[in-house]
Amino acid sequence: MNLVLIEHDQGKLSKTAMEVLIPARDLAKKTNTRFAAVLIGDNALSVVDTLQYYGVKKVYHVKHGRLDDYAPDAWAESVVQLIQKANPQTVLAVGSDRGNEVMARVAAKTNNPMAANCIAIEPGEKYRVTRVRWGGSLFEEAWLDGIPKLLTVATLTFESAEIPGSEKPETEEFVPELSDKDFRVRVTRRIPPEGGVSLSDARVVVGGGRGVGSKEGFALLEELAELLGGTVGGSRVVTNLGWRSHADQIGQTGTRISPDLYIACGISGAIQHWVGCMGSKTILAINSDPEAPIVTKADYAVIGDLHEVIPALCAEIKKMK
Amino acid sequence: MPNILVCVKRVPATGARIVLTEDEQAINTRYLGFTVSPHEECAVEEAIRQIEKHGGQSTVLTLGPEEAAEQLRDALAMGIDEAVLLQTDVDDWGPMVTAEAIIRAIQSRQQEKGAFDVLLFGNESADNGGYQVGIRVAHALDLPCITGIKGLEIQGNTAVARREAAGGWEIFEVSLPAVFTVKEGINLPRYPSFKGKMSAKKKPIAQQNPVWKQDRLQKIRLESPIVETESAVILGKGPEAAPHVVQMLKEIGIVVS
Ligand SMILES: Cc1cc2nc3c(=O)[nH]c(=O)nc-3n(C[C@H](O)[C@H](O)[C@H](O)COP(=O)(O)OP(=O)(O)OC[C@H]3O[C@@H](n4cnc5c(N)ncnc54)[C@H](O)[C@@H]3O)c2cc1C
Ligand SMILES: Nc1ncnc2c1ncn2[C@@H]1O[C@H](COP(=O)(O)O)[C@@H](O)[C@H]1O
Repeated sequence: MNLVLIEHDQGKLSKTAMEVLIPARDLAKKTNTRFAAVLIGDNALSVVDTLQYYGVKKVYHVKHGRLDDYAPDAWAESVVQLIQKANPQTVLAVGSDRGNEVMARVAAKTNNPMAANCIAIEPGEKYRVTRVRWGGSLFEEAWLDGIPKLLTVATLTFESAEIPGSEKPETEEFVPELSDKDFRVRVTRRIPPEGGVSLSDARVVVGGGRGVGSKEGFALLEELAELLGGTVGGSRVVTNLGWRSHADQIGQTGTRISPDLYIACGISGAIQHWVGCMGSKTILAINSDPEAPIVTKADYAVIGDLHEVIPALCAEIKKMK
Repeated sequence: MPNILVCVKRVPATGARIVLTEDEQAINTRYLGFTVSPHEECAVEEAIRQIEKHGGQSTVLTLGPEEAAEQLRDALAMGIDEAVLLQTDVDDWGPMVTAEAIIRAIQSRQQEKGAFDVLLFGNESADNGGYQVGIRVAHALDLPCITGIKGLEIQGNTAVARREAAGGWEIFEVSLPAVFTVKEGINLPRYPSFKGKMSAKKKPIAQQNPVWKQDRLQKIRLESPIVETESAVILGKGPEAAPHVVQMLKEIGIVVS
């Protein structure tokens, strides 16, 4: 049997929560075993109905009066106690902030290795996993040891496809023993999002790099983004220069984007930037240098000064409206 | 006054493409410079800012080759007080054995120089991306650990940290000592001053030699997945390209005529 930790926030599934279920299903099939989803906290029960459409047949519902909000150590301790009860071969979670930190805590508590952000899993006495390194610019094949095998699954890699016509999963309650120490780290307060389209959700992203030239230069990109119903992002150079806030940074140490269209303006296409935007359906580069790496990697390119190209493009789009 | 530790890792500063060594075990670094992850650079800056505010003492630590002294000097030049090099001659220590060596070094350092109140790590290392060394260290030292922070306020014995979640913020409060793993964006790191660089040259680097052990997450080989197609369709040069761009935007359904 395998356990699959389902990420949720006070009973709301995160955008990537279900991406763990296809690899979980595949792995269970390969080892001829079953898997159970693990839902932590009373408010998590609201997602049980959703799980059935993703092939989940069994759910462990971890029930505890203090598990009303996210507390990573309490989540990890619950998983550890569930491991003792259910004796799984594998525990998987999605490779999100929460998934990775809870699994790393489980690993530390059980003195096991943990493979973060896997994209392929071959079971065996040791598992042969392929995992993402360098934020996606390198893959590593590795042997993963441990009892059980602990791993997370890279996001934006697997689909979260529904399976029609399935039945409501069987739910078993599990009550862990938790102490004050497990709640040293917990969310004590939240500040809600400010509104507006976030980079990771935007359908169109207009990105600016050093070639934009100044903070003020971004007005051009704002106008283009507005016309296309999109939002503005940038490279690390522009966040480091203080032209944009870090929340706008696309790349390995910023946000990973996957819009329908990404327009990279005055961005060279360093690999750490590329791994953040390569999930875009279509990439258009606007760059004065025909040899820039972004130009060779993009789907479309315009060679020229962005300060001339973008106004012309905006004018052309306005003509249509 | 807090005693702060920051852990950084030396990594190659790769450019537009990554070239592997023939045996596929490492990045070919012959033509590359070296750096640390932006997350860790921010962790160093955060340590310095906290000490500027509250007083105290800061130490930077790395596990890596002899040359990793360069990254320690960079941190010293920014304003960190002391440095520890856990010198190794095997590349690519796995995350478990890295954590073990760092834990041992912290324990011996604490015995000698007093306990750390704040231990800062990067959220993930640039090269390995294991997402775990800081968490393992916190567990072994029985300290609370808050990951991925983009804000830290210390008031006496408590720390309030915030991290981004679904576009908003989650706020955590812990008492010190505690471990924090930092994300880029918590601050804008300073450039070291000339004076800083000069004084960094003179600061001593304490050195230890941990013994390499095979990790139970064991690398087999690396692979470079990014294929360059070089098939970009050039829609034109300069402003004259605009109509062609709009045509393309229509074709992919971004604008409708
Ligand atoms: C561990 C690590 C993590 C990193 N994480 C990130 C990350 O998350 N995100 C990120 O972006 N970077 C990241 N970087 C930095 C990355 O390596 C590059 O330094 C950065 O992406 C370069 O930004 P840029 O393309 O804006 O600048 P440059 O590389 O300087 O490129 C500027 C481009 O603009 C073009 N240009 C100049 N003027 C004009 C003009 N008038 N019109 C049109 N084009 C023009 C030039 O031809 C050039 O191609 C990271 C680096 C490391 C080591
Ligand atoms: N070799 C190392 N030396 C010092 N610190 C390290 C080393 N490896 C990892 N770390 C620290 O642990 C963090 C997380 O690393 P990782 O678990 O590999 O993603 C890094 O950002 C560093 O702060």
